Amino acid sequence: MVGRSGKIRLIEKGMVRNMAAKEAREAVGEYKAGWHDPENATIRFDFGLSEQVVRDISALKNEPDWMTEIRVKAFHHFENRPMPTWGNMSMLEEIDFDSICYYLRSSDATEKDWEDVPENIRDTFDKLGIPEAEQKWLSGVTAQYESEAVYHSIREDLEQQGVIFLDMDSGLKEYPELVKKWFCSVVPFQDNKFSALNTAVWSGGSFIYVPKGVHVEMPVQAYFRINAKNMGQFERTLIIADEGSSIHYVEGCTAPTYSTDSLHSAVVELIALPGAHIRYSTVQNWSANVYNLVTKRGIAHENAKIEWVDGNIGSKLTMKYPAVILKGEGSHAEVISVAYSGKGQHQDAGAKIHHLASNTTSKILSKSISKDGGRGSYRGMVSVSPKAENCKLNVVCDALILDDGSRSDTYPTMEVANPSARCEHEASVSKVSDEQVFYLMSRGHSEEEALAMIVNGFFEPFTRELPMEYAVELNKLMALEMEGSIG
Amino acid sequence: MASDIPVLEIRNLHAGIDDTPILRGIELEIPAGEIHAIMGRNGSGKTTTANIIMGHPDFEVTDGGVQLDGENLLDMEPWERARAGVFLSFQYPQAVPGLQVGNFLRKSVAAIRGEDEAKGAEFRKKLKDSMTELDIDRSFLGRYVNDGFSGGEKKRFEILQLMLLQPKLAILDETDSGLDIDGIRTVAKGINAAVRGTDSGALIITHYSRILEHVQPDRVHVLIKGRIVKSGGPELALELEERGYEWLEEAEKSA
Repeated sequence: MVGRSGKIRLIEKGMVRNMAAKEAREAVGEYKAGWHDPENATIRFDFGLSEQVVRDISALKNEPDWMTEIRVKAFHHFENRPMPTWGNMSMLEEIDFDSICYYLRSSDATEKDWEDVPENIRDTFDKLGIPEAEQKWLSGVTAQYESEAVYHSIREDLEQQGVIFLDMDSGLKEYPELVKKWFCSVVPFQDNKFSALNTAVWSGGSFIYVPKGVHVEMPVQAYFRINAKNMGQFERTLIIADEGSSIHYVEGCTAPTYSTDSLHSAVVELIALPGAHIRYSTVQNWSANVYNLVTKRGIAHENAKIEWVDGNIGSKLTMKYPAVILKGEGSHAEVISVAYSGKGQHQDAGAKIHHLASNTTSKILSKSISKDGGRGSYRGMVSVSPKAENCKLNVVCDALILDDGSRSDTYPTMEVANPSARCEHEASVSKVSDEQVFYLMSRGHSEEEALAMIVNGFFEPFTRELPMEYAVELNKLMALEMEGSIG
Repeated sequence: MASDIPVLEIRNLHAGIDDTPILRGIELEIPAGEIHAIMGRNGSGKTTTANIIMGHPDFEVTDGGVQLDGENLLDMEPWERARAGVFLSFQYPQAVPGLQVGNFLRKSVAAIRGEDEAKGAEFRKKLKDSMTELDIDRSFLGRYVNDGFSGGEKKRFEILQLMLLQPKLAILDETDSGLDIDGIRTVAKGINAAVRGTDSGALIITHYSRILEHVQPDRVHVLIKGRIVKSGGPELALELEERGYEWLEEAEKSA
């Protein structure tokens, strides 16, 4: 069980460590980042969606006509597109699109100086420790609060190297040609119902361009946070790594606890031009009423490399399958993901990789844990096109089930149309054994500590890939999830 | 510490699993600084005795008592027993993939001996010396606990834990199985170092006398069908080696 009363949970994406214990206890309650500020919206649209709402959002942002038109087309596509017939259909049917607010702006402008951000918003982010984290080690931060990015900065040296790191709205204003060239080029709005919805109503997200040959040495980071209830969050992220460049982008998400459901439906598009390397890491810990329906996809050109490192801990239903299209010869894809499903949660996660060119390689490592009746699914698709010679594919998916009522399913698909491909697939489902727990207990560790050790060990191949600070905090987070799990 | 209280005292211990009795009235006392051996065939209740002292949840104690330094163990959870000073070297140590040996050792020392014991130069030196003594390579610390270990590596790792955790009572369950003669010598060195000249005690569980050539026991007890039927000095181990267990089983039957 998550969140025994009396336990103080200070760890949220590794950032909530400054809160005084009492304040934390009052503010947080069951979900560790579950406090919320009074809604402070400057502009808030009525609930529900129509072509007019879509046009209003676009007008309010002074967008170019082409963007308005894409939004409207995407809206009509969304309206006509049926729900997916896989994943968790009964949970999907519960989404009431008419009771969601599609645009909420709580600050008038994106601030460059942290002190200029309105105080209550600053408080929220202070609780999450964002400026502190930035000072310590991050190259840049975009903090998205509701729909608009309210605070944004980037280190000067990166600016001098020509790296662009903006929130998506500013990106569209300042670099309309770049955005027009790549927007919807990786994830067309027709891709699925939720990519259509995102394209219609998107707000915020990150826009990043790394020039040729530039290596961004430290991870750049963005935070997303849903504060208002019945709030949809539809950020749109576009990262372009030009030839021979590299970047590591880290994304963290939190939402306070509300009794009604929130919808998070993002689209992330990555373009790795020849020889470029993009790594995109996410540790998502939405509260248990959030639908997290996200489309993430990258295109890798010749000898480029795209890696998704994807951790899903919270949410009610997550459906997310980070994808890579290996378009250029010699390109490489990796998707490393973990999912933790607790009470009432379904994590339907996995990966998709399409080998379109020769000598391309890919690796999928998926780890899922289910506990307290939670349900974890791995849904994966790897394909090799007929023209793609000598491709190598490796898929490993492991599930760990912590108790009898929990569930794990695997839906792997491989479509290999070229016989020269070398494919490896391993899958395992295990339960924590009493003997393992007893062994660790005999070394002085309580049953909960023993379980946390086993779970963290299971996640180790994932945490190894995260920046140190995230890895440490993910381990702590999992240890907290194990609290009160014995009975 | 000159104390009359034995490290381990077992009185009239009856225990079983799923209503099947396995131990039927064990009596055993290990004074401080002594090493005792329990010998017996497979199925005589040796491993069950070890598991019950450590607190394995599958077994049910139906009668009798177990005390460590005069303290009742049976009311404690396994980790409380470990913190009180019981250590079990497992016959089949469990693998925990992803849990690094170095990290695990530090955490275990911190849990049992206290945070201060698990950091600093002193801990590192103790760790390094113990590993040298057991002929364990430095790279071992980066591996995962018992994951892909050979039989010999597993046993050495158990003894490494014994040396670092410095328990009051060390129970060694079939520590000699799966070890070659060099391994047995190395492991025996570790056991002697952990017990001889200290206030600790050790209980060696085995069905061969091999290990007892290198760790001289003060007392040898023979376990048959859940009861200690004969106790004696180290010479009893040799006698068992020569004569087997039949003569004792016959005597037990006719008794």
